[in-house]
Amino acid sequence: MLEFMRSLLFVPGNNPGMVQNAAVFGSDAVILDLEDAVSLQEKDTARFLVVEALQTVDYHKCGIVVRINPLEYNGGADIAAVVPAAPDALLVPKVQSAADIQAVAAQVSAHEKPGQPEVKIIALIETPRGLAEAYAIASADKRVIALALGAEDYTAALGAKRTRDGLEILGARTTLLNAAAAAGIPAIDTPFTDINDEEGLRKDLALAKQLGFKGKLSIHPRQIEIIHEELNPSKEEIRWAERVVAVIRQAEQDGVGAISLDGKMIDAPIVLRARQVLKVADVLQGREV
Amino acid sequence: MKNKIGREIPENIDGYGPVIPFGGAFAQEAPARRCAPVMKQVRPGESKLMESIEAVFHRIPIRNGMTLSFHHHFRNGDSVLNQVLAVAAKLGLKNLNIMVSSIFPVHAPLIDHIASGVVTGIDTNYVSGPVGKALSGGILAKPVILRTHGGRARAIEAAQAHIDVAFIAAPAADAYGNISGVRGETACGSLGYAMPDAEYADHVVAVTNQLEDYPLTPVSISQTRVDYVVKIDHIGDPRGIVSGTTTITKDPIGLVIARLASQVIEASGLVKKGFSFQTGAGGASLAAARYVGQIMERDGVTGSFIMGGITAYLVDMLNRGLFQKIIDVQDFDLDAVKSLATNPNHIEVSAGFYANPFNSGCVVNQLDTVILGATEIDTDFNVNVVTGSDGVIMGGSGGHSDAAAGAKLTVVVANLLRGRLPILMDRVLTATTPGETVDVLVTEQGIAVNPARQDLQERFKAARLPVREVHELKQLAEKIAGVPEVPHFDGRIVAVVEYRDGTVIDVVRQVNA
Repeated sequence: MLEFMRSLLFVPGNNPGMVQNAAVFGSDAVILDLEDAVSLQEKDTARFLVVEALQTVDYHKCGIVVRINPLEYNGGADIAAVVPAAPDALLVPKVQSAADIQAVAAQVSAHEKPGQPEVKIIALIETPRGLAEAYAIASADKRVIALALGAEDYTAALGAKRTRDGLEILGARTTLLNAAAAAGIPAIDTPFTDINDEEGLRKDLALAKQLGFKGKLSIHPRQIEIIHEELNPSKEEIRWAERVVAVIRQAEQDGVGAISLDGKMIDAPIVLRARQVLKVADVLQGREV
Repeated sequence: MKNKIGREIPENIDGYGPVIPFGGAFAQEAPARRCAPVMKQVRPGESKLMESIEAVFHRIPIRNGMTLSFHHHFRNGDSVLNQVLAVAAKLGLKNLNIMVSSIFPVHAPLIDHIASGVVTGIDTNYVSGPVGKALSGGILAKPVILRTHGGRARAIEAAQAHIDVAFIAAPAADAYGNISGVRGETACGSLGYAMPDAEYADHVVAVTNQLEDYPLTPVSISQTRVDYVVKIDHIGDPRGIVSGTTTITKDPIGLVIARLASQVIEASGLVKKGFSFQTGAGGASLAAARYVGQIMERDGVTGSFIMGGITAYLVDMLNRGLFQKIIDVQDFDLDAVKSLATNPNHIEVSAGFYANPFNSGCVVNQLDTVILGATEIDTDFNVNVVTGSDGVIMGGSGGHSDAAAGAKLTVVVANLLRGRLPILMDRVLTATTPGETVDVLVTEQGIAVNPARQDLQERFKAARLPVREVHELKQLAEKIAGVPEVPHFDGRIVAVVEYRDGTVIDVVRQVNA
């Protein structure tokens, strides 16, 4: 179930060891990958393995996402095989337009079994055209629950060099965030690809959090803990949120209109943010370590 | 007859003798007396220096049927065992019994010596590589005796294993027989496993490539027990002795298990002032040690001692003040050797000090926690570290059963699935360490607590650790991998697995490869 999407871990769909153990790293969701991680001659094997895993492996509370191939590269076969095995969502790569999403959604509908939970869609935006169409994509179908950024292909298309501080994708990040927010869904940040650079990952996450991302794609299990540490509400944030909610509750009891905390006005958006922080903190509290 | 853990063992085993069945980890009473080693005499002016190994054979003299002992501190870099047996073969000796604390792939020439009848008995604590395969195939007419590290020291002291001649590979020695493990190009650190041999063997030979001026210091094994000193050109390959570097695993599953193991140890409530801890030198064990160290650092806990195969990482924990002492029976890298040579808080001890169950108290009795591996584990928590799933000998207890018996909390870490095989099963192929001495199994899919430890079960649940019932974990593995067919071996007995107290916990039968 996709209760949370702080971390989404890519796992090659053709690696049995990784597929069976995908949930043990503590990510909120795993992405069983049929696309880039799988070479052309392994596509059928991977599809078969992923379908078997969906029917066999107990992924506990971990959300299950399958990255299918683009429709023009036999993605239809992926949908036909995978959807009846009931993943929580499909990650659709290289989405360029609302029409791409609608085409996928139509095929998903055709293959869902009666009574199975609706298979959601996360749209991976990794081209300039896709970014330009981001809002239309985000609102193309009710199945779309998030936009995700794939910065490697995107910067390659721009002819820009990927750097550690990520200045070259600042615009893409904010554009994506805005489009997702306009459609009322969350945005998920691009992976940090240097798996040995823990400090770089932390900086990247701090920036992503500041911009408004609530989750991040990940290409290595070692990154999961760090992603959670950086994206989870800090103790200070939780304390602040608790105080905001307490002040609001008191004000409601007292029938007071304008409220302030530490000299700052508390209005509806601040209360909303505080409640979001506490909701995340509550769910985390109830989890196994 | 069936022993305490339900293993069918003959009352008498050909080539081994009458069997005392395993009756529980602490059921066996110690024998009334230790054996008395021979008295020795060296007069002023007499020399111990011999010109060659062959000269030692003539001088003693070594005869057919004798027991020769060796230590394994050189691990896969050892060349002393092979050189000594080459001399024995050249001299036409037969029917020798080889008592070596561990056998490594480098000891493959043993196979030829067995085939030619030079060697007809083997007594060891661990076998890896081609010799294990050959023994499983039945090359030896008598069963090999597999002991624990503590059990070997006990057997020597009780004269159940009498050593005629101990050949002690010595990284450095003086001409009067003082031996150091921390000097020379083959420095291996502690010589703990050679110490019982030096104390009890009828004849003790130091074999060194580095002869130093008298008196050599520091002394691991002293002149009072060493009868002969031989200098030869080459006693071992340093690359096989110490790894040079010790690395913590990067395997993501190994890290998940290590983290969970550290959380189990934390939740047990044992991590407090005076905490004592043993861990292996494998990448995952080291990762667990690192996580435990982080917990200690966070909580400001200073432990009393740490032990196990000593590595740079454990030395670092000592130097950072996380533990007050290292108790050292063997070393795995150069940093550990250097620390033993220079740090007075890093103490060299014998195998008996480490783990002999029949003395006035061994170190494992003082352990709070040990982390151990497993080739297989069953739903009664019995552990196999002797045979692979194909029935072939590929390991041995070493200190596994000793530490498990002594520690307040024994944590076994293992991948629930290894390759495509579940490691958790109804009944391990070969029982090495009894389930009554194992408290917790930690896998990537969760932990299972020995039902005898309800106290731990409750602590772990309170700490919200992923506790599962052991059968539930087994089913989880079988759901993915299927239920493996149980292999059945009914050939003759090729190995007797002795528990640390000398009782028989299991036997290994011949495998026709």
